[in-house]
Amino acid sequence: METFLHQVIAGLATGGIYASVALALVMIYQATHLVNFAQGEIAMFATYIAWTLIQSGMPYWAAFFLTIVIAFVMGVLIERIIVRPVEQAPVLSVVVVFIGLLVIFNSMAGWIYTYTIKTFPSPFPSSPPFGSRLVSSHELGAIGVTLVVLALLWAFFRFTPLGLAMRAAAQNPESSRLVGIRVGWMLALGWGLASAIGAVAGMMVAPVVFLDPNMMAGILLYAFAAALVGGIDSPGGAVLGGFIVGVLENVLGAYVIGNELKLSVALVLIVGVLVVRPSGLFGKVHVTRV
Amino acid sequence: MKLNPTLSVTQRVVGLVVLIAAACALPFLVSNYTTFQCTLVLVYAIALLGLNILTGYNGQISLGHGAFYAIGAYVTAVLMDKYGVPYWATVPAAGAVCLLVGFLFGLPALRLEGLYLALATFALGVSMPQLLKYKHLEEWTGGVQGIVIIKPDPPFGLPLNPDQWLYYFTLAVMLVMFLLGWNLLRGRVGRALVAIRDHPVAAEAMGVNTARYKSLAFGVSAMYTGVAGALGAIAVQFVAPDSFNIFLSLTFLIGIVIGGLASIPGAIFGAIFTQFIPNIADQISKAAPWAIYGVFLIGFMYVMPVGVAGAIRILWAKLTRPKSSTPQSTGQPIVEGGPHGN
Repeated sequence: METFLHQVIAGLATGGIYASVALALVMIYQATHLVNFAQGEIAMFATYIAWTLIQSGMPYWAAFFLTIVIAFVMGVLIERIIVRPVEQAPVLSVVVVFIGLLVIFNSMAGWIYTYTIKTFPSPFPSSPPFGSRLVSSHELGAIGVTLVVLALLWAFFRFTPLGLAMRAAAQNPESSRLVGIRVGWMLALGWGLASAIGAVAGMMVAPVVFLDPNMMAGILLYAFAAALVGGIDSPGGAVLGGFIVGVLENVLGAYVIGNELKLSVALVLIVGVLVVRPSGLFGKVHVTRV
Repeated sequence: MKLNPTLSVTQRVVGLVVLIAAACALPFLVSNYTTFQCTLVLVYAIALLGLNILTGYNGQISLGHGAFYAIGAYVTAVLMDKYGVPYWATVPAAGAVCLLVGFLFGLPALRLEGLYLALATFALGVSMPQLLKYKHLEEWTGGVQGIVIIKPDPPFGLPLNPDQWLYYFTLAVMLVMFLLGWNLLRGRVGRALVAIRDHPVAAEAMGVNTARYKSLAFGVSAMYTGVAGALGAIAVQFVAPDSFNIFLSLTFLIGIVIGGLASIPGAIFGAIFTQFIPNIADQISKAAPWAIYGVFLIGFMYVMPVGVAGAIRILWAKLTRPKSSTPQSTGQPIVEGGPHGN
């Protein structure tokens, strides 16, 4: 029983990471109706920046927040410089641009930092919390950080005028433009926020999976799955989806099928959920008007 | 072929004959290695036409076509290696297996649209290498080691080396597949596929059996990609799970977008890009070739957002448009752009 609980909690911890990346995907999806394939690689690159800062002797939390700011700026710049020119292009052309970004970031990270695996420090103490063997401090901390990010984001969209403007720009760009919202900049801001969230996820996952240019590949996939299981237009659903996918993956891997097929089985289950509920668990069901 | 609507039938036939003659002369003009690379271009062209039937014409996004390519390749490899079937007989077998698998996969996929379909196919693409490595299948698939195939010799004592023969064999299969594809897409079925992409509800109201055509598109598309996989396995003489990773599927998607969605010649442009751009990127920068590749991708999309075929179509329309342009000029692209919806 105790090992089972341990597996569930470890699943929740990785689920928190998936949830953060899923949240980043949902943010960009809501504004543009596109899935940003480069999200994971942007997060990975931001984590490398954090690593550089920490190596240069900066205290962890200073590096943490500075990285978030850098990632935010990076996201805004990517939107302004690279994505904006193809705004009007067909959907799949934009997807190809995203794939282009993905390979560029991956390759640049490998080029600058080499492909050797690096350790990344955890800000949380290495001794287990409350003397319990059930959960490590880092797992608990990662879950906590995810929930804080979610709460901040929710408050931002719910209570601030800027958050309201961003939601309006995503829902109805034409009308928002008419009432004076700068829709283009709202989009750039969305990209910035998504990159910042991704950076947090990257810094939380790096101590567990270690830092290397391909560390986000699997995570992005799970996050994508999480976002879709929860419903791609529901941020809360995306977070819950992240936790579901994390626990499912961990428990299945430990008890049912072993590690070699766990990715496949998790994905098959997710697709199964989608066949029954094609809009995800919490997604809006779109009714088409004829 | 639908290169542009303004050429007369004779002009098109002459153009095609010239192109095919050029393709036939190629192996005598270039080295064996280049011939091998061109064989792969032909292989990719078949695979991309397959994906284009599904994604370009029918609007169903697939991020997992590498899986069908893998199935085709493995069917050929297992048949040749374990059962001693001659190489030419494995190609239709691979196509048939993929037709069935694709059709069966297409049935649950009917409920999924847009991103959800993309995820389901993505899952297929990701799972395929893991399945091929699965230890209970190792008896056939050879596990991580894969299977080595022997390169076929030219038959009837033809004065060709194996590379050249394989090129001609692949070219012949490609021409047949393209002819079949063209014939399929220009008529009733093609119109039904495009109608489903552009407006599913209207298509259904017009009496198009959406479910049947969508799963049919999946099956046919998988069959093309499977045939390509079979030919690719024979050309490379080797199959292993890790050569069919998810990046292969993404490469196919990139290929059809760069080449031009819903365009038959676009498949060939995309295949040329797929085969040669990574090499060029590698020559430009040994340190970060994929960064150069990414720059190429983004650059192509800036210059030609509707792909090479789309760009040629627009350019041709501009060149041939009469000076006193009427609102409905003849050369306007008919199916520019991608699948609609999200």
